[in-house]
Amino acid sequence: MTQNNRCASGGRIDRSRTLRFTFNGKSYEGFEGDTLASALLANDVRVTARSFKYHRPRGIVGHGPEEPATLVELDGEDASGNRPATTVPLRDGLSARSVNCWPSPEFDIGGVNQLLSRFIPAGFYYKTFKWPNWHLFEPSIRKAAGLAAAPAQPPSSGHFEARHAHADVLVAGAGPAGLKAALKAGRAGKRVFLADEDSEAGGSLLNCDLSIDGQPAMGWVEAAVLELRGMANVTHLQNATVWAYREHNLLIVNERNPDQGSIIERSWRVRAGEVVIATGATERAMVFSNNDRPGVMLASSVQAYFNRWGVIPGKRVVLFTNNNSAYAVASDLIAAGVRVEAILDSRSCVPQAALELVPEITVQSSTVVGDVRGHKGVKAVKAVSSSGSVNWIECDLLAHSGGWNPTVHLWSQSRSTLRFDEDLAAFLPYQPVQNCTAVGAAAGQLTLDQIIDGGEELAYEIEPLWRVDLPGQRGKAFLDIQNDVSVSDVHLALREGYDNVEHVKRYTTGGMGIDQGKTGNINIIGTVAMQKGVPLQEVGTTTFRSPYTPVSFGAIGGLREDSVLFPYRHTPVTQWNKDNGAVMYEAGARWRRPGYFPQQGEGLQDAVNRECRAVREGVGVYDGSPLGTFELKGRDVPQFLDFIYSNMVSSLTPGNGRYGLMLSDDGLILDDGVVFRLDEHRWLVSTSTGHADSINQHMEKLLQTEFPDWQVMITTVTSQWNNATICGPRARDVMQALGTDVDLSPEVFPFMSFRDGTVAGFPARIVRVSFTGELSFEVNVAPRHMAELWAKVIEAGAPFGIQPVGSESSHVLRVEKGFLSLGHEVDGTVDAYDLGMGWAMSKKKTDYLGKRSIQLRREGKATRRELVGILPEDHNRQVPEGAPLTPGGRKEATEGLVTACVWSVVNDRWVGLALLKNGHSRHGEIAHVRLKDEVIPVKITKPVFHDPDGKLLRS
Amino acid sequence: MMLIPCPFCGKRNESEFIFGGAVGADRPDPNSVNDAEWVEYLTVAPNPLGPVQERWWHARGCSEWVTIWRDTRTHDIVEAPDDSE
Ligand SMILES: [Zn+2]
Repeated sequence: MTQNNRCASGGRIDRSRTLRFTFNGKSYEGFEGDTLASALLANDVRVTARSFKYHRPRGIVGHGPEEPATLVELDGEDASGNRPATTVPLRDGLSARSVNCWPSPEFDIGGVNQLLSRFIPAGFYYKTFKWPNWHLFEPSIRKAAGLAAAPAQPPSSGHFEARHAHADVLVAGAGPAGLKAALKAGRAGKRVFLADEDSEAGGSLLNCDLSIDGQPAMGWVEAAVLELRGMANVTHLQNATVWAYREHNLLIVNERNPDQGSIIERSWRVRAGEVVIATGATERAMVFSNNDRPGVMLASSVQAYFNRWGVIPGKRVVLFTNNNSAYAVASDLIAAGVRVEAILDSRSCVPQAALELVPEITVQSSTVVGDVRGHKGVKAVKAVSSSGSVNWIECDLLAHSGGWNPTVHLWSQSRSTLRFDEDLAAFLPYQPVQNCTAVGAAAGQLTLDQIIDGGEELAYEIEPLWRVDLPGQRGKAFLDIQNDVSVSDVHLALREGYDNVEHVKRYTTGGMGIDQGKTGNINIIGTVAMQKGVPLQEVGTTTFRSPYTPVSFGAIGGLREDSVLFPYRHTPVTQWNKDNGAVMYEAGARWRRPGYFPQQGEGLQDAVNRECRAVREGVGVYDGSPLGTFELKGRDVPQFLDFIYSNMVSSLTPGNGRYGLMLSDDGLILDDGVVFRLDEHRWLVSTSTGHADSINQHMEKLLQTEFPDWQVMITTVTSQWNNATICGPRARDVMQALGTDVDLSPEVFPFMSFRDGTVAGFPARIVRVSFTGELSFEVNVAPRHMAELWAKVIEAGAPFGIQPVGSESSHVLRVEKGFLSLGHEVDGTVDAYDLGMGWAMSKKKTDYLGKRSIQLRREGKATRRELVGILPEDHNRQVPEGAPLTPGGRKEATEGLVTACVWSVVNDRWVGLALLKNGHSRHGEIAHVRLKDEVIPVKITKPVFHDPDGKLLRS
Repeated sequence: MMLIPCPFCGKRNESEFIFGGAVGADRPDPNSVNDAEWVEYLTVAPNPLGPVQERWWHARGCSEWVTIWRDTRTHDIVEAPDDSE
């Protein structure tokens, strides 16, 4: 079949370039310049969709983003869903399918839903998803609900990108008003950003046959575009939808297929001094029985298909209107040789100027459409006059116009206000809240002569008709075609008490979905107003939210995916780790760290046991570089540290360090770490890896906002130092093998002190801290020396059997010692006393962060969960981390949880830590881990399983 | 996305900042207030419909903690109200 509805000439299409495409598996042809919708209409494809809820046959209704009925899924390289067919540019090889139907829209199994329609009323989901058990309904509803499926594969080629732009004036819309505004600003030398959603400029002028100063209006458009192109200060984009208006005049623009290159879509974030909203107007639907039949179309869309695409979607047309604009449509159709059977006008008096446009045509005033016949395409329209007389008019196309809505989405997104204008029967921009103005049709200037000097267009006159209301009316009258919301649904919502317009929307789903009710919302508002007997201003609109039209996730994400979204941090040892078979993990703050180093044939547990045994019996080394470190300098550092740590810090002497806790002022533990005094005025604070950034923020906030006169300078030195931490009984031997000028003997270089010197020839700071419980030397060097130092440590340690240690083993080693881990034992509910660290809460200091709150909490009588060790009665039984402890293992409220459980090589059994109600006084008792089908008895102990007196780490 | 004025860097995108909360009452001497007053200080943050003073950290900029007044109805960055301290 070949384009039977296409005119021989006319339209903005290139008849020399034929494009082949398939729709629901059938092959068709169209032309360059077509949309999928115009090509389908050219081929006389009438049934293009099935409706969402009732699976009624539907056709194409509109010609742009307002299209409510025909949504398609695209296959192959265009893979995407829920695309209005009216906004899909045709290209050769396009493959599209209707949503909501199986096997085809012509013959659809789901159509049986129509018979059940009285069981799917408004509020269906609210009424269904409750007692006794909505899960009964869920599978079948989930299958039936929703529209297209998400594409299974992302596009195999091309990419999305983002750009930022600044403009003095952003103009949204390149119709006559937008072009005029852009020209004015451009000529004044302002930086102009002009964006329009359509494939070419012109707006409504593309769809009509209007003139300016006696010449075709599109000539004026072409001259304007040419002039703008010559201005270096103007950026003019087509295929670019301004879809969001955010705070402080930030607008987001989605540009499709820019440059015809490898970029699929480009997202612009434009910060504008001033915004001109020239987004035009959208024709609204009439509401009458069976107004969703295929072949019932918006009048302006019929006009657009003829003027822009050379397509006449019917041979015998009836028009139904409440305003003058449909008369211009009729005039165009008559000129094209189409039979206009009648114009039904709901107004009692049709203006003379309108009648003069259609001298030969029957115009029936005070007449409405009572019904439409034709299941898979309009066959006849029932005309009902106010006197009650009825006549059926045979036709194959019903074009209707319920008037025009200024497209106020962006205006309203900016939080600027609307008012209802009685003359235009529409909501118009009222008071701006940001620096924006609305112009042209978006501001209620609905005819060309109001916008452009010399423009000529029939005056717009309207008497609103929100819905046809006839006695004994049968057949559904749809307010929202996409969501199958009819007048009776809105009446039901009102009867059930949902009478706020926002509630009506949510209860009926009217105005939701892809089109967001662009053609029908106003009729819902009108229906509510009629039913309540109040003016539309009082009902108001639902909130306009971004996006104005659907935006792909790709455009929103741009290039920010995978590692680009949130880059990893690496230390200089990453390459060595990879070369040596490390299984890499993500540690806190996006650091990549080795999890463990499996050797040939080893599993995780074997590798971890080997690494742990090396540290406990010989020597191991790990890369401690990601630990957060800050150098604090200044006279007031001591009192500052005393304020942010719960224990006394200021008494430290140069060269020495101390472990401490940082609390927030409400008593939560923010972080733990060690602090060293480098010299009289310089201090080194270390934090856990994951909290480095937030502790920096915390310290800077206090200093800048609470104590601005304190002399403390903070420098982040996390990346200025890297370290290899050598740990285990043979650590001193490895240090000596490396060669150092520092005396390592415990008498002169004790635990919790540091020395500056050289190690293996590199300038180094050696720090004696221990996160494993063994003798440890943390060798800090400049990052440029780190990789070399690491290699030398491995080499020097080889005779002692040194093993690189990953984060899995670090976890085991710290659990054996009962050292804390934030996120495991410290979870925002425990305090230092619960953790057995009451010693860290200074009694000498009169004030520090968290002190008062902890006191307040401790005065309460509530029982606390306290840190304990657990030993499964079955030595070989591992307890899952996070498992609950319940009294006696019964199915009752929990009395604690397991925070960690590891295989201890020194104890040759599983050991764990737990937070348990009154745990400190329950050592020796049995507690019970409650799993789904099992109870595991565990013995409660002190939370330390290795070297309880700390002799080894001091050795 | 708002534009937040930094005294060193000028107006910068909100995405360069980390929100630091509304500015509440000054921290009282914890040893001279009663329990209720202390809890009030910790938990009750200003939340007006209108201008509110708040802090933003220019984390991806100069590290300044910026204090601004923002109108919660419009997101406008405004001058300090006459009756503010
Ligand atoms: Zn700054």
